[in-house]
Amino acid sequence: MSNTDVRVEELAEQEYKYGFVTDIESETLPPGLNEDVIRQISAKKNEPEFMLKWRLKAYRHWLTLKEPEWGNIRYPRIDYQGISYFSAPKKTGLESLDEVDPELLETYEKLGIPLEEQKMLAGVAVDAVFDSVSVVTTFKETLAEVGVIFCPFSEAVQKYPELIKKYMFSVVPYTDNYFAALNSAVFTDRSFCLVPKGVRCPMELSTYFRINEKNTGQFERTLIIAEEGAYVSYLEGCTAPMRDENQLHAAVVELVALDDATIKYSTIQNWYPGDKNGKGGIYNFVTKRGKCAGRNSHISWTQVETGSAITWKYPGCILLGDGSVGEFYSVALTNNWQQADTGTKMIHIGKNTRSNIVSKGISAGHGQNTYRGMVKILKGAQGARNYTQCDSMLIGEDCSAHTFPYIEVKNSSAQMEHEASTSKIGEDQIFYCKQRGISAEDAVSLIVNGFCKEVLSELPMEFAIEAQKLLSISLEGSVG
Amino acid sequence: MLEIRNLHARVDDREILKGINLVVNPGEVHSIMGPNGSGKSTLAQVLAGRETYVVTEGEVLLDGDNILEIEPEERACRGIFMAFQYPVEIPGVANTYFLRMALNSIRKYNGLKELKPVEFVKYVKEKMKIIRTSDDLLKRSVNEGFSGGEKKRNEIFQMALLEPKLCVLDETDSGLDIDALKLVADGVNAMRSPERAFIIITHYQRLLNYVVPDFVHVLVDGKLVKSGGKELALELEEKGYSWVENSSQSAA
Amino acid sequence: MENLVLKDVESYIDGFARFERSVAGNGWSWLSPLRKEAISKFKELGFPTTRHEEWKFTNVAPITKTSFRLTERATALPAGEELEKFTIPELDVFKLVFIDGHFTPELSSIKELPEGVKIKSLRDALSQERELLEPHLSRYVDLSDDAFSSLNTAFMQDGVFVYVPENTVLPEPVHVLYVSTGTTSPTITHPRNLIVAGKSSEATVIEDYVSLGEGVNFSNVVTELVAGENSHINHYKIERENRKAFNVSTLRIEQLRNSSVSTHAVLIGGALVRNNIHPVLDGEGGSCLINGLFMATGSQHMDNHMLVEHVSPHCDSRQFYYGILDGRSKGIFSGRIVVHKDAQKTDAKQTNRNLLLSEEASIDTKPQLEIHADDVKCTHGATIGQMDESALFYMRSRAIPLDKAKAILLLAFAGESLKRIDLEPLRVYLEGVVAEWFSSEHLNLG
Repeated sequence: MSNTDVRVEELAEQEYKYGFVTDIESETLPPGLNEDVIRQISAKKNEPEFMLKWRLKAYRHWLTLKEPEWGNIRYPRIDYQGISYFSAPKKTGLESLDEVDPELLETYEKLGIPLEEQKMLAGVAVDAVFDSVSVVTTFKETLAEVGVIFCPFSEAVQKYPELIKKYMFSVVPYTDNYFAALNSAVFTDRSFCLVPKGVRCPMELSTYFRINEKNTGQFERTLIIAEEGAYVSYLEGCTAPMRDENQLHAAVVELVALDDATIKYSTIQNWYPGDKNGKGGIYNFVTKRGKCAGRNSHISWTQVETGSAITWKYPGCILLGDGSVGEFYSVALTNNWQQADTGTKMIHIGKNTRSNIVSKGISAGHGQNTYRGMVKILKGAQGARNYTQCDSMLIGEDCSAHTFPYIEVKNSSAQMEHEASTSKIGEDQIFYCKQRGISAEDAVSLIVNGFCKEVLSELPMEFAIEAQKLLSISLEGSVG
Repeated sequence: MLEIRNLHARVDDREILKGINLVVNPGEVHSIMGPNGSGKSTLAQVLAGRETYVVTEGEVLLDGDNILEIEPEERACRGIFMAFQYPVEIPGVANTYFLRMALNSIRKYNGLKELKPVEFVKYVKEKMKIIRTSDDLLKRSVNEGFSGGEKKRNEIFQMALLEPKLCVLDETDSGLDIDALKLVADGVNAMRSPERAFIIITHYQRLLNYVVPDFVHVLVDGKLVKSGGKELALELEEKGYSWVENSSQSAA
Repeated sequence: MENLVLKDVESYIDGFARFERSVAGNGWSWLSPLRKEAISKFKELGFPTTRHEEWKFTNVAPITKTSFRLTERATALPAGEELEKFTIPELDVFKLVFIDGHFTPELSSIKELPEGVKIKSLRDALSQERELLEPHLSRYVDLSDDAFSSLNTAFMQDGVFVYVPENTVLPEPVHVLYVSTGTTSPTITHPRNLIVAGKSSEATVIEDYVSLGEGVNFSNVVTELVAGENSHINHYKIERENRKAFNVSTLRIEQLRNSSVSTHAVLIGGALVRNNIHPVLDGEGGSCLINGLFMATGSQHMDNHMLVEHVSPHCDSRQFYYGILDGRSKGIFSGRIVVHKDAQKTDAKQTNRNLLLSEEASIDTKPQLEIHADDVKCTHGATIGQMDESALFYMRSRAIPLDKAKAILLLAFAGESLKRIDLEPLRVYLEGVVAEWFSSEHLNLG
């Protein structure tokens, strides 16, 4: 073993920085899933009748489905009866930040998002989700002034049932896939947002949430609607404490953009990836999809995925409106024994629709990274265009990268561009930097950030900096 | 300035350098020639501190200090520059950004003030007067998408910018056409000074028509078997390496 | 050897026996074993069908259904003025003209050569330069699965031989003009070129295929290019025969350590064109650029077949192929990059871009990567598209007529390939050739 390798190992043993458990009193349902549990969830959340019906319908459908096996990921069978489907801090329904459990606030500070500071400096509206219930939502007033609705999903179910009835399942039906069906049956909470016609949302909206309770599953549901000419940028960040057991996370996000509307959805996912032997970590099976329903609408997904033991996630766009644009920018990093099977789905239906895909996969340790992308040009999609760029970086000998692009073109006027590359960050790159007087640590962050540049530049500034730090922390050690 | 004493080095289980002795004084230009696989590149890499090569015996003294235990970046800070045979690409990292980082790192080590971006740009402009290079090359990512000739010219430009005291050129002329070769040679000649020394490793005598060395050494099978003035290069070209290989065998 | 007519496999084999006898006295007997081996290879292979993976998109029936006459040395030469239009302005060259496959010194001009340099017809070289030829001729081209190269090897009798010794820079490019003059019955030629460049040498060779008449000619070409250590070779191929011509060519490039080769193709002529390019990077530090522009209309068929083999570490290869297809034409780009086990640090890139100008035109693009080394960088990209409507509209709204606007866009697209040509007079000349193609009546610019 060369000196560099030794150094790699040392640095690779960096701990998961966010692996602390917060000691807060919470109310948790015992593990297990049946119709009763669903009724209880619905009751606890004080839901209208129609929602319970929908949940049960989804649950019954889920029972007929089989867990998908096509992903390039390996994990032991998930015991769906071993999971608790509801957990909530006991103190909820707070009016202001002052009423929030101080310990909770401290947790957020450890996460690097002091609410107060954010409120003052960043001007970011935060809908902080702790386990399954949204604790407090800041900036409601500022947003209300311009007519933006931004609240926990469960609140929207009670307050705006007509909107929920209209848009929920309109992009991701409960029949969509195994995990979406499960989510539809047992979903807990997360954000609802509606930006009315012609409004440019005055601030970046943000949810920061965390899985705290042991053995709890996370089944968030998010719905964002941008009406005609509206603009909204939504940021999502995720962390989870360090635990030996695996935790399941199966969220659903639905976005709807009407004529000339733009939605930017950015994610930094840093859930606990398991330890260096592959023990523990989050199973992240997420369905995210946006519908560009209107003409010239625009949906953009940006994700930096450094966490989770398993990631199974394909944020996509249905490009229905003529001239609509879908974008996907992704950095997926797998280290130690992490596995990621991620990519996007772009369905071109309308005329002159465009999609842009930039995927950067980084594999280190025994990490396994798969890009799976589908671009579909339907018959009526005259003049559709797609650009796909798919780059993989390998660090070390034991990791792997796979690329599965699926392209289906039914209209001959389509313009398709596909670029793919696989490279290895090598000892030679590091040595080259060192020979020019640059230290190994600086060299690594230089190289990795250079590789991810096109994606990071899509993130809002404060998120981009956080993402850069995260990448450096997650990777620094493994390069050599 | 540099003294190499009985240097032995190996990679994996193969011994490549088998006892090199060489003294390089300030202002001198030494050329090391030899057939493929004789250990020329290994010597350059060992001087720069590449970890894949293990030094098993001997010393390398830079201004009297043994540098073999020193990290590559510190060697660079102390003034050793190696122009790579295969310059490495670093996608997404602008050449200027990279160079400022390198220069500031070296300046900091030597107790000099780090240059701010504006000052750095000024400094680069000055250097561009001496070494011909294009703005475009500086804006692009480090070596990414550069042609073979551009990469080598970029190495020479970096060398000019970082102002090392010992320049080691590892087959910088390989793969260059005659025009590109002249550009590289002009760069090296512009940097020759009484304080600076060069070790030019080459496989082809052609470069030495343009950069005239003070000494020529022939490296065969891990040893310097013959040394002489610039005429030795011509003789080698004429008679081929088999000439020294044979004579070294008969001498042994 | 009167009226040697070749059509089906049998006739080629019978014809070969007669051909062999007729050339027996030329001092080429040393070639005989090579030829015999090649013809028996051909006999074994026969012509490829579309069931053959490498010929999936190209049906060679138009070739196998035509009776070709093996050309003789022409008795009446075309007048020098007739060839005038094929001269590249402002470019001094060593010029070799081949009329119907046979070297014609009367129309050629080979000025004084630097010491040791040989530029001559293969016919002469076969009898005069055996020591230089023998180590290289047919040592690189792989006949094992290639019927056309086998035929060429069996029937070769002329072509160009360029030899540049070490440390020598060829002062001017070699321009090799292959002229077919046939007007009546279809003819076949087997141009065979060999370019050998020594250590640290530099040379430029232009292969140029043209026709004077409207007759059918089949050029079945093999070129072997050996780039010695640290050498720099630029190679060009211009295919601008009439639209009845068949042109099947194989360019096999052998690259030694630190060598640098660029090969550029501009293909606008021919009814059926198959363009095989096969570089092997067989020494550290080699670099290879493959650049091409193919433009087809009517019922032209252009099949580009690249096989880039990385055998040694630290080599770069770049492929840029651009296709413009109009009418009912069909284009093919098959690009395979093979990175052998020891070829670490390979950096291979392939780009194929295509513009379809009509509904009936089609393109098949087939990138393939075969990588056996683990530390490499390989990229491929392919695009198929139409002319940018919004750009056209923009130009029209600025008073530029539609046909001009289209020509501008097409020239810009073609320019992406042509800009990689370093030899300026040739680039300017080819830009003119391309512009003429765009403005010609054949192009559906309405």
